[in-house]
Amino acid sequence: MAPPDIRQVVLDILERIAPDEDLSDLDDGVAFRDQMELDSMDFLDIVMELRKQYRVQIPEDEYENLITMDSTVDYLTPKLADVPAGV
Amino acid sequence: MQYHTVIIGAGMSGLAAGIRLAYYEKPVCILERHTTIGGLNSFYRLRDRNYDVGLHAVTNYAPPGTRTGPLSKLLKQLRLRWDDFDLSPQNGSSVVFPGHRIAFNNDFAAFVDDVCREFPKQADRFRTLVTHIDEYDETSLSQEPASARSVLGEFLSDAVLIDMLFCPLMFYGSATPHDMDFGQFCIMFKSIFQEGFGRPIKGVRQILKKLTRHYKELGGELRLRHGVREIMVNGGRTTGVVLDDGTEIEADNVLSSAGHVETLGLLNGEWRIENGDEGVLNSPSSIPPSGEISFNEAIFVLDCQPHELGHDETIVFYNSADEFHYEPPTEPLDLRSGIICSPNNFHYTDGEQLDEGYIRITSLADPDYWMSLPEDDYVAAKADWGQRMVESAIQHIPDFRKHIVDTDIFTPRTIKKFTGHLKGAVYGAPRKVLDGTTEIDNLFLCGTDQGFLGIIGAMLSGITMANNHLLR
Repeated sequence: MAPPDIRQVVLDILERIAPDEDLSDLDDGVAFRDQMELDSMDFLDIVMELRKQYRVQIPEDEYENLITMDSTVDYLTPKLADVPAGV
Repeated sequence: MQYHTVIIGAGMSGLAAGIRLAYYEKPVCILERHTTIGGLNSFYRLRDRNYDVGLHAVTNYAPPGTRTGPLSKLLKQLRLRWDDFDLSPQNGSSVVFPGHRIAFNNDFAAFVDDVCREFPKQADRFRTLVTHIDEYDETSLSQEPASARSVLGEFLSDAVLIDMLFCPLMFYGSATPHDMDFGQFCIMFKSIFQEGFGRPIKGVRQILKKLTRHYKELGGELRLRHGVREIMVNGGRTTGVVLDDGTEIEADNVLSSAGHVETLGLLNGEWRIENGDEGVLNSPSSIPPSGEISFNEAIFVLDCQPHELGHDETIVFYNSADEFHYEPPTEPLDLRSGIICSPNNFHYTDGEQLDEGYIRITSLADPDYWMSLPEDDYVAAKADWGQRMVESAIQHIPDFRKHIVDTDIFTPRTIKKFTGHLKGAVYGAPRKVLDGTTEIDNLFLCGTDQGFLGIIGAMLSGITMANNHLLR
C-alpha cells in the first residue's frame, strides 16, 4: 500500500470511530487531538482497528507516532508496504 | 467450543462489553439466567401493556451533535449513532423539601441559578463547590475513597441544601446509606444536574434491543435461560463456567456482572464461599459486604396524560421530613421520601406521546421484610403499601387516583429474582471495585459493583473492563 492508500485507511478508521465528526477539513500536519474529540480510548481503538483489519501490531511505546495524519502515515508505510491496496 | 470470554449477565454492562469483544472478533458468549435481556433495567408485557423496570430516565443526556461527555464516548466505543438511542430531553424535574424547592432541567446554568435563588446565603459557597466538582477527575480508576458529606461540609453550611443535593444523587445511584464516596457523588452530580435526563419514547427496550441486535450482528452469542451455577477455578485461574443444568462452558476469561460478592459465591473448589454460615472465604481477602439499599416501585397506568391533571414535571424527588434519611427503613417502606416519575413528561420528537399516562412512585424499602413475607401476605402487602405510597406522593403532585386503570408493583424480592443481587440491592455493594479485578487472574467484574453509575455508566463499565482487561 502506498501512502495515499494508507491515508484513506486511517480516514476510514477515524470515520468509523467518530461518525459524527466532519473529517473533510482535516489538516494532516496538526494533531488529531487538536482537531477532533479523541481521547485515550479512541487512540486505543485506532490501534485495535489496524490490528483487526491489517494484522499490524503497534507496541504501546510506539503510540506516539499516531499524533498527526502525516506522522501516522509515515509510521505505517513500512508496516503496510506488502499489503495490497483495497483489501 | 473454547470462548475468548464468557460474560455473566445480559444487562447493560454485559451487552456493551460483548459488543466491544465481538467487534474485535473475539469469540464471546453472554449467559443470562432469565428469559429476557436487561437485568435491573428491563421491560415486560403485562395484561397487554408495556412496562419498563429500572430506568426512569437516561442520565448523562447530551443533544445530537455533542462530541464530548460520557454519552458521546459510549456511542463512539459501541460504533453507534446518536439516533440509535433516540433520546428525548426531559420537561424539567425538581427536588422538593419542606419549605424549599430546587428545579432543574438539562440546562446546568439554570440549575445553579435556581440553587442560588433558593439558598441566597449559600450562593458563593455553592459556586465554589461547583468549580471543585468540575475540576475533579471522577473517571480515574485510582481515586482514593472520600466521604462526600465531609467534602460538601467544607464548602456548604446549610444542612438542608446539602441534603437536597444528595437526595436525587443518592436515589439514583448510591449503594451506601447516609453518605456517598465523593467520586461517585461527582459522577452522579455531573450526570444528573450538569448533563440531565433523556428517554427514548419506546423506553429502555429501545436501548436494550439496539445493543442486542448490534451484538448479534457482530457475531456475539447470547444464550437466555442459561444461568451460571459455578465459575470453575483451577490453579488460581478460571477455566470457564458450569451452567445450572451442569453443562460446562470453557473460556479464557470470565467477565461477571453478577455482583462482587455474588460472583465470589460462584467460585468452586478451594475458593467457595459457604453460603449462610460464618462466611469465611478461603482466599487472601475477606468477603466484601453486599448492599442493602433497595426499593419498592409502584407503576400506575392512567386513563389520561399526567399533564391533563396539571402534572408536567418529569421527575420529582421529595422528602417531607426535617432530615433526609437514605438508609434501609425500619418500616417496610420509608414513606417520608420518594421519587415520582412520569415517562410521559419528556419532549418527544414531533409532539409524539405515549398512548397512556404513567406515574411511577419509588420508595426506600426494607429488604428483609419483603424477602421474608409468605406469598399470600406478600401480594396483599404490596397493594396495601402501594396505596400508602400514593398518599405520600400526592402531597407533591395532583391526586391521580381516580384515573388509575392498572397497577404493577415491584419490591426487593422482584429485584433479587431478576438481578441475583443479594437483598435485592439495586445499586449493588457499598464498596466498588473500580479496576474490576478479582483474586482470580482472568476473572473480572463489570456493572454495578465495578462502580460506574446510571445507564450510561453501566455501559461504560462493560466497555472499560473489556478494553482494559480483555482487548490489550
